[in-house]
Amino acid sequence: MNGAGPIVDVKQLTVDFATGGGASVRAVAGVDLTLKPGETLALLGESGSGKSVTLRALMRLHPKSARFGGSVNVDGRDILAMPAGDLARYRGKIVSMIFQDPGLALDPVYRVGDQIAEAVMRHEGISRAEARKRALGLFERVRIPSPDRRLDNYPHEMSGGMRQRAMIALALACRPKVLLADEPTTALDATVQIQVLLLLRELQRELGLAVIFVTHDIGVAVEVADRIAVMYGGRIVETGPCADVIRNAAHPYTLGLLASRTGHGAAKGSRLVTIPGSPPDLTNLPPGCSFSPRCPRAIEACRQIVPPLVVTGPGHAAACIRVDAASVALSA
Amino acid sequence: MSAIADSPPVVVLAQAGKGYWASVWSRLIKDKVAMTALAVILVIVLAAIFAPYIAPADPFKGSMLRRLKPIGFPGYPLGGDELGRDMLTRLIYGGRLSIFMGVLPVLCAFVVGSSIGIFAGYVGGWINTLLMRIIDVFFAFPSVLLAIALSGALGAGILNSIVSLTIVFVPQIARVAEAVTTQIRTRDYVEAARVSGAGAFTIVRMHVLGNVLGPIFVFSTSLISVSMILAAGLSFLGLGVKPPEAEWGLMLNTLRTAIYSQPLVAALPGLMIFMVSISFNLFSDGLRSAMEVKQ
Repeated sequence: MNGAGPIVDVKQLTVDFATGGGASVRAVAGVDLTLKPGETLALLGESGSGKSVTLRALMRLHPKSARFGGSVNVDGRDILAMPAGDLARYRGKIVSMIFQDPGLALDPVYRVGDQIAEAVMRHEGISRAEARKRALGLFERVRIPSPDRRLDNYPHEMSGGMRQRAMIALALACRPKVLLADEPTTALDATVQIQVLLLLRELQRELGLAVIFVTHDIGVAVEVADRIAVMYGGRIVETGPCADVIRNAAHPYTLGLLASRTGHGAAKGSRLVTIPGSPPDLTNLPPGCSFSPRCPRAIEACRQIVPPLVVTGPGHAAACIRVDAASVALSA
Repeated sequence: MSAIADSPPVVVLAQAGKGYWASVWSRLIKDKVAMTALAVILVIVLAAIFAPYIAPADPFKGSMLRRLKPIGFPGYPLGGDELGRDMLTRLIYGGRLSIFMGVLPVLCAFVVGSSIGIFAGYVGGWINTLLMRIIDVFFAFPSVLLAIALSGALGAGILNSIVSLTIVFVPQIARVAEAVTTQIRTRDYVEAARVSGAGAFTIVRMHVLGNVLGPIFVFSTSLISVSMILAAGLSFLGLGVKPPEAEWGLMLNTLRTAIYSQPLVAALPGLMIFMVSISFNLFSDGLRSAMEVKQ
């Protein structure tokens, strides 16, 4: 927003999971991310690309078997070094999260309003009546009709869209500065999806939230994000301003994703464009660029070294040593 | 088409949610079998509680001249036992100890077993494995045998049988509690609570207990009947209640010798055990299905 420093600053983050027998899997292999207050970043990638793991690292939500490297600074605090007590105060208050399936993320045995009030009371030590008032305000804010009555609903008495609205209200309960959204619209109907996206966009503007939005849907990313970071095999392969990444995609993987969209313009009966091959096996990544086995432009050098991010435009970078060749060949 | 368009919009007001237990109760009350079972339990429990006011005679006063009278003998509506005591009176009084010994061990085991199980399930890792393998050792013994062995080791008596029955039920309840907790622990709402800054204690108190106690409670009610039968078995073997106390299992034992002379009278305590334990079972079945319709 203003010239303030980044609220989220992730440097060279690595996350390894022990897989038993002394072996481990590197789910995130050196990710750099920065996010300014009031900015929305979409982390785009397929299953296993490390996008959710990166998101969860911002909350340190991993099992004990996870090993972190690098640094994660949020709001000037080092998350990876934070003691447990501080961590509990930080979660929900500074950073909060929305889950994929609101049907699973709300406790079925408590009224929704009570769950929100509980979270508020936990952080701010205010009375139950005050907390309920806050919950009512939040329900109005996320546009749940007849909010007063809906507060007394159990999750199963709500529709999917309304549950996700309630989940957003819960996440915003303690006025966080950063909101993490882990595929918040994947479990919803297409019509409800767009409503929830618009709501998120609006709340983000009103409250000046910094949002990290994990998704595998390029359309969703374009809808909400200021910037896009495309992940593949635990690394960011391309990052830049939203429109720029879509229009001038440089990395062959991003180009492949864009080409495989089901657009309205596609002729009926024409085959969908796909990226050949299958997502990488994280236990057995190729030595160089992890996309090289599937890349139409790969040359011998791609299999030798991990390509660094190369600047291709203002704020736009791609991790491909054949940036020019790739964009020329595939966008032609 | 225009008719539809012109009709005023239907305003659907959101219903304020009925409490979970209120909705369970409203389903339960429609279940005839469970309600009948509950009625049987209530009648027998109330009769046991108010035994001194409703029993027609003194449960300990016998008569050598009126031993083993058949059902319907004047002054003995359900016959007399081997010491000439009124069977109806003793059956009413017997409910006190029998039901007490059915409920109390399960209650103790509920507290101990669910604590162990929830702890093991929530902590996970090697602590869970250690606790559960210890629990598994108890499963190596059939529960009847275990109860008899423990009672035999501790010595006869009401308190000792309650202790031994509690020990028999703790592993069973702990295992159910552990299984449900492990399942709940990985649910998104637990993570959502963690994300909103809840500590381990809050998560266990709100989200784990709230979701785990229901299933454990249902399982425990089904154990009451087992506990009653085991307690009766212990008394029958002389390891539980001592004569001249009135207790159904013990009565079954002492009347055993009369099985040829007064078979109907001798079977009455068994009938009581059967009725109460099957009622507890049917009620817990009804409770289970009433609670299952959650989502």
